[in-house]
Amino acid sequence: MSELMFEKGVISHIKGPVVIAEGLRGAKIREVVLVGEERLIGEIVRIEGDRATIQVYEPTGGLKAGEPVERTGEPLSAELGPGLLGQVLDGLGRPLEAIAVEAGGPFITRGIKVPTLPRDKKWHFTPVIKKGDDLEPGDVIGTVPEGAITHKVMLPPNYGRVKVLDVVPEGDYTVEEVIATVEYAGTKVDLKMYHKWPVRNPRPFNLKLAPVELLVTGQRVIDTFFPIVKGGTSAIPGGFGTGKTVTLHQVSKWADADVVVYVGCGERGNEMTDLLHTFPKLVDPKTGKPLLERSVLIANTSNMPVPAREASIFIGVTYAEYFRDMGLHVVLTADSTSRWAEALRELSSRLEEIPSERGFPAYLPDFIASFYERAGRVYVKGRRDEVGSVAIIGAVSPSGGDLNEPVTQHTMRYVGAFWALDKNLAFKRHFPAINWLRSFSKYTEGLREWWIKNTGHDMMAYREKAMDILQRASSLEEVARVVGEAALSDENRLILLAADLIKEGFLVQNAYHEVDTYCSPKKQALLLKTLVEFYERARPMIDAGVPISRIHEMKSLGTLRRLKFIPEEEFEKAVEEAVAQLESEISSLIAEVR
Amino acid sequence: MSIYGMTYRGIDQVKGPLVIMRGVPGVAYEEVVRIFSEDGREWMGQVLEAGKDKVVIQVLGDTEGLESNAIVKFTGSTLKLPVSDEMLGRVFNGAGEPIDGGPPIRAEDWRDINGAPINPAKRDYPDEFVETGLSAIDGMLSLVRGQKLPIFSEAGLPHNHVAAQIARQAIVPGKSERFAIVFAAIGLKYDDVLFFRRQFEEFGALSRSILFLNLANDPVIERITTPRVALTAAEYLAFDLGMDVLVIVTDMTNYCEALRELSSAREEVPSRKGYPGYMYSDLASIYERAGRIIGRPGSITFMPILTMPGGDLTHPIPDLTGYITEGQIFLDLDLHNRGIYPPINVLPSLSRLMKDGIGPGKTREDHKEVSDQLYAAYSQGSKARELVQIVGEAGLSPRERRYLEFARRFEREFVAQGFKERRNIEETLEIAWDLLAMLPESELTRISDKTLEKYHPRRRRERAVAR
Repeated sequence: MSELMFEKGVISHIKGPVVIAEGLRGAKIREVVLVGEERLIGEIVRIEGDRATIQVYEPTGGLKAGEPVERTGEPLSAELGPGLLGQVLDGLGRPLEAIAVEAGGPFITRGIKVPTLPRDKKWHFTPVIKKGDDLEPGDVIGTVPEGAITHKVMLPPNYGRVKVLDVVPEGDYTVEEVIATVEYAGTKVDLKMYHKWPVRNPRPFNLKLAPVELLVTGQRVIDTFFPIVKGGTSAIPGGFGTGKTVTLHQVSKWADADVVVYVGCGERGNEMTDLLHTFPKLVDPKTGKPLLERSVLIANTSNMPVPAREASIFIGVTYAEYFRDMGLHVVLTADSTSRWAEALRELSSRLEEIPSERGFPAYLPDFIASFYERAGRVYVKGRRDEVGSVAIIGAVSPSGGDLNEPVTQHTMRYVGAFWALDKNLAFKRHFPAINWLRSFSKYTEGLREWWIKNTGHDMMAYREKAMDILQRASSLEEVARVVGEAALSDENRLILLAADLIKEGFLVQNAYHEVDTYCSPKKQALLLKTLVEFYERARPMIDAGVPISRIHEMKSLGTLRRLKFIPEEEFEKAVEEAVAQLESEISSLIAEVR
Repeated sequence: MSIYGMTYRGIDQVKGPLVIMRGVPGVAYEEVVRIFSEDGREWMGQVLEAGKDKVVIQVLGDTEGLESNAIVKFTGSTLKLPVSDEMLGRVFNGAGEPIDGGPPIRAEDWRDINGAPINPAKRDYPDEFVETGLSAIDGMLSLVRGQKLPIFSEAGLPHNHVAAQIARQAIVPGKSERFAIVFAAIGLKYDDVLFFRRQFEEFGALSRSILFLNLANDPVIERITTPRVALTAAEYLAFDLGMDVLVIVTDMTNYCEALRELSSAREEVPSRKGYPGYMYSDLASIYERAGRIIGRPGSITFMPILTMPGGDLTHPIPDLTGYITEGQIFLDLDLHNRGIYPPINVLPSLSRLMKDGIGPGKTREDHKEVSDQLYAAYSQGSKARELVQIVGEAGLSPRERRYLEFARRFEREFVAQGFKERRNIEETLEIAWDLLAMLPESELTRISDKTLEKYHPRRRRERAVAR
């Protein structure tokens, strides 16, 4: 940072995280400044003449009017290069471990400056270009093995066409060492393995594609009923205790993505600790490496400064786009976008802007849109036919559990899948508490082919049958609430039983059960098929006059409900046995009444 | 406090708890201010806005009697609490000053009452089961050391008894410990405070506790500092002295109301129900101070009590609290009216950290499954109970009737217990199995075959007979 070039300003007013400084002639909106003697990180949000309003990313207690403000000339940027994977960063991209070393203790103190990427670590760089080559933005310069992926070092997108003047031989280099020299617009430019990118600007790509490939999460109610695709978007709203965070953790753990970026935005400290404890222990089934090696975790917990919460989401999505540009499939999970929106509200109110709905600023929908629009499946920049994707899954924490509040409502407009969490299901410990009547996914139809190709089952047909049973059961339950279940006909009570079987045997999934925590698409298909066929198999019993109370007592019901706990390898055989048991019970019951 | 800082005479404007001064350079944001009137009265305040031209000070305490030619001394320091192990057994007010007639504290250190956020990478994950001796909590809402678990209550419910019983009974099985209790009363009546004091005295914990009292007739503005000074003391005991600290703060509703009052005096844009938009962040800066730290022996387990206005769970206070804390214990008026103590309704209650605090080696291998099954069955029973209101008991199917009976027995035998009764986790799980044995085995879908085989009372009886 080249602060020497600029005139220093002076603080004239401090009000919480908002500081007004004078004497900052020529400063730009969104420029990063260093505030006070401790050089706290801040961003310029408003300019009037040489007066600038700054939002400060660190606590401002003890700052005085008259202290200096330095300009950096740069917008808030993310460092992109080898060394991101496996890191735990704060909302400004500073590694938490490095902060702990600098702070000399377990509490976060102010004014700490540490770079995102480790400066002393050597990476094994293999060039793929040679002297004299022409390069375009996005073209690969070389590769570095990193964690679970092959990291591609690319010509940053903010260059034009360049000519390679020199490139280093294969070897071990730090991110600060020059790996290539190019000629760009008539001048010599040194390239390193990392570059900086302003976090609020989406990174360019060649072409956006339609998303058609299921993002397998291993969570049955999601994959089968309300799927998300690679490059898709989804929101998961729900009151506290409905299981947002657990669901997001599950998706982050099991999604078949190359890289996962998890943004903990204004949430609990212990939840981040939970991730930090489980990620190194869990192994990615595809690569056999710990999940942490394919993950970037961003932790801006609720007690950390509010403005950094606003920035953390943009930092996270910039990392996600960077990995996408390597031709990788990325999932970004943000918990929670409501805390992010509230941070906007808090800052807007400190800036004395006129509030719109519930005190949120009028530009809230634009901000939400600008975040979700950075998802997508694209042909990446550069002269390669590579496809990369960023899928975004955002938790929403509606105040009072009311889905009509502005953040939920605006989010709904921009997402392709919507997983509405239901307090009543959560109270029953039906998890994931995704309400099957209020959730939606716009991606289901496009995935029929995918299921047939990958599992051999027309899953969408089973889904329709299951939905039909669930819908009918739901309206029957309404009636039963008034007249009692005993007053319903046996035929209707069989539907309730069939629905219950689908709920208990399929929709309910135990995140903490060794086997049940992940369910492959194949197993999902066979399981759902078996459960929806129960109704057809059991129907003849009603016609034959078997009382429903006898059907309720069938031993095979328990077997069917517990099929989901059977490991993948033994699953097919277990299904056969369960069906055989069911059929023999059915025929003996029918024989009894005859 | 610091001897540095400037002293001025005269203030420009007083507006509620806010004092405005002009032309005082070099004032620091959040700096502590002392104001003296000519008749010798003294106020403490804190800088809310520090500007070249204008300084806004928030005064702690009642501003009655504040005069325009008062003397204002800027101390050059933010609000700090003197901490030392001498604080144990003492009583302080909401600003951290002794009010028990004893001498001032000889400070080992001065700590900023706002603390600093714990680095998430340096947090130790709370996973040590705390046995409270209450079946509803141990069996279904297990508390772990370092957790923040609030009690959501209503006026008139026995939340003080529940909190006192937990403070008295809680142990970590198989571990000797240095424990302490930090108790903060925010806007409480004196008889409530007396109740807690008597309880602590009765079980010999008074010398191991620190009391911070802001009573109903104490300055409203000190309600803002009360939980902060209490947690600052708790952090010192836990992370410097290595003690396991239980912090009980009651009533957080009074805290939030003070926050709203202050926000409206500052003319801020209100969010829901007049509470400020930053209430979530503000509450988080309090609640998130609970926890454990890697490499340090102590812990802060935090149990705030709040009364939900009108019993409304969606009111901003319980709502925002629930989003920050690691679960909640929900006390239910209906259960209370039916004579159930503790009136814990387990359905809307939750302990988020339970999963890692229970199971083999901690409690028992069947704990998780039993708890899940109890939830599912009790929820069925509650549904049946609603139905009875409409169709009468005769209109229920035999299955529904069985669940109704289950719910009744669950409340009377599992949830209910005496104020002095302590059940260990084995006893709690045995009661649970006795209740689950009422139901046909095909209904026990949350329990695996293996666990059924080992723990179901009928299977155990069969095994005993076979032998």
